[in-house]
Amino acid sequence: MKRISKLPFKGTAEQEQLLKAWLAENGKKPGASMAALQKAQEIYGYLPIEVQRMVAEGVDRPLEEIYGISTFYAQFSLSPKGKYKIAVCLGTACYVKGSGKILAKLEEKLGIKNGDCTEDGEFSLEASRCIGACGLAPVFTINEDVYGRVKEDGSELDGILAKYK
Amino acid sequence: MSLVNIKINGMPVQVEAGTSVLAAAREVGIEIPTLCYLKDTNEIGACRICVVEVKGQKNLPAACVTPVYEGMEILTHSKRVFEARRMNLELILSTHKKECLSCMRSGNCELQKMCKDFRIYDENYYAGENIQWPVDDSAVHMLRDNNKCVLCRRCVAVCEKVQGISCIGANERGFETHIGCAFEQTLGESSCVSCGQCITVCPTAAITERDQSKEVWRALHDPNKVVIAQTAPSIRVTLGEAFGMPLGTNVEGKMVAALRRLGFDKVFDTDFAADLTIMEEATEFVHRVKEGGPLPLITSCSPGWVKYCETFYPEFIPNISSCKSPQQMFGAITKTYYAEKMGIDPKDIFVVGIMPCTAKKFEVGRDDMCAAGEGIHDVDVALTTRELARMIDRANLYFPHLPDEEFDAPLGLSTGAATIFGTTGGVMEAALRTAAEWVTGEELKEVDFTDVRGLEGVKKATYKLGDLELKVAVASGLKNAKAVLEAVKAGEEIHFIEIMGCPGGCINGGGQPIQPATVRNFVDLVEKRAAALYRDDAKDVIRKSHENPDIKKLYEEYLGEPGSHKAHEILHTTYVARPNNY
Repeated sequence: MKRISKLPFKGTAEQEQLLKAWLAENGKKPGASMAALQKAQEIYGYLPIEVQRMVAEGVDRPLEEIYGISTFYAQFSLSPKGKYKIAVCLGTACYVKGSGKILAKLEEKLGIKNGDCTEDGEFSLEASRCIGACGLAPVFTINEDVYGRVKEDGSELDGILAKYK
Repeated sequence: MSLVNIKINGMPVQVEAGTSVLAAAREVGIEIPTLCYLKDTNEIGACRICVVEVKGQKNLPAACVTPVYEGMEILTHSKRVFEARRMNLELILSTHKKECLSCMRSGNCELQKMCKDFRIYDENYYAGENIQWPVDDSAVHMLRDNNKCVLCRRCVAVCEKVQGISCIGANERGFETHIGCAFEQTLGESSCVSCGQCITVCPTAAITERDQSKEVWRALHDPNKVVIAQTAPSIRVTLGEAFGMPLGTNVEGKMVAALRRLGFDKVFDTDFAADLTIMEEATEFVHRVKEGGPLPLITSCSPGWVKYCETFYPEFIPNISSCKSPQQMFGAITKTYYAEKMGIDPKDIFVVGIMPCTAKKFEVGRDDMCAAGEGIHDVDVALTTRELARMIDRANLYFPHLPDEEFDAPLGLSTGAATIFGTTGGVMEAALRTAAEWVTGEELKEVDFTDVRGLEGVKKATYKLGDLELKVAVASGLKNAKAVLEAVKAGEEIHFIEIMGCPGGCINGGGQPIQPATVRNFVDLVEKRAAALYRDDAKDVIRKSHENPDIKKLYEEYLGEPGSHKAHEILHTTYVARPNNY
């Protein structure tokens, strides 16, 4: 199930203005809810309750319906992305090579669950599908950096994370 | 209107184009089983129980959402259809928490009945992994147990289409789909107004009222408590349904007999307090007309409506009558006037309201509802009609065979005006009967105000009372209430509005006996139940609230004049704006 972020909402006036301008122009068109959520996620990076309230009002649909859509489609996120986005590949090859354990270690070290973001907004963690680097399994990425053949006991993780702190 | 020729199970039939397969089959006497279908409200083909075979089509379409076309050949009971339906039902059962012996809906569960009809021989045929959903018990009036939910979405449809609230919906997808509130708020946190309409359409026990009969049994078994029952106007024409009696049977006498046999010390009638409400509300209305407002005055009997207004239209709070609802007025008078008269400490009195309503459970705990002193609630417990029926079963009373008995005095006498409080338009009509005489000072000969009767969601009428041209509106169901409030906001002149939270009024309240979709889809419950109330009113000798002799006595002995300072302290209340979390 999707994880709802408990981090305080840090939207700016500029973001709000962008979203509201879009909603004013498109919100009343039939079937606007999906497009509005896509736009909102493009602006804010994720869809917390504050943003979904604006969307619900802008498209004149109940908040629960908007929330229902946001939890139906995998593309929508209810949690913000960190400055450094960690994605652990759980594709077959990586998984066999122990990436599940690496994900668990990262959860432990960062103090967050899969799908969450750290309180300081630095790191977000998510599981990903196969990224096509099976030869390097197990693999995870931090933004554009790829880390392959990571030891499944997690002994290298502190060193890797330290580079981003 | 154009007709098309189709064949159902080989029989040639002519039906109107656009008819659903489900309706077409019914025309030739074939009932296709349905689970999620609720006529006009939930026609979405979600449960796949009503699948049929259509010649030339590979898949089995759902009869409830498939329109007929010229030359269509339908098989409703082929082997393939039978097997598919059974499998779909077995799959629904695979995620259903099967505890039929202890389940509140046992014997009145649409899923249970379907399993019996289908001759399901292994309820665990597709047993496998399941999600354990926590039971949401955060709301004072109801519980949600998603482990028993079949995802039919009838509750979602009623909340949106009938009540216009949409505080519940389907969240997540696939195996994780569940009915819940936005951002997984609990019902207690959400902007649910406690109307309970979702409960009455739930086919299983996924949504139920909070059963408080235990608290009532405890009081009944406590020798130090004087336990007093008050029965709402509408429940005397619905309680019989819980015991298999026909819709619209008036069981007032048997209801009184049953309550007495359960051990209530006094069996009184909320109808008495309904008459009292009219005295206070008509006074308030005449006062507001003379003093210039605020108008329109809007009735306050329906706690679901009051909570809706506080949440979604707080700007109308000054328009709501300050009168407590009849349930609360009754409790307040019992714990003040009656307690004094009988020499009983109000702390020893336990008042139980038997209500058609789940929002009444919320109402008893509202602030400013303690006329006899801090901490002494006017009403201790509000039970729904269903809970009373269960208590009657628990006591092994054979309801249809009980004798007809009379209410106790002095809080048991009421007029025809009070009786019709139970249906949409009734409070308005009762108020008009009294207000007309007070404004004109002449006796009202014709007491039937038929313009405000009937099943429409919104009714409007204009009456001339002396020099006063009175514009009134009546709305039932919160979506209709919204329409009237928006009209007022847009400038329409209305002086007096009756609003009931449930469509049709209390007779269709969220606490009434549950009728399965197989009944609801064909019979207008509101019409049958309302007719019984109007028959009762017509039979009454006294049909105007202000002519109730015991009400007159109450004012002479205790309250003084309607609208007096004392009446205000005991019978009136206040409202608060509530956060809109939806």
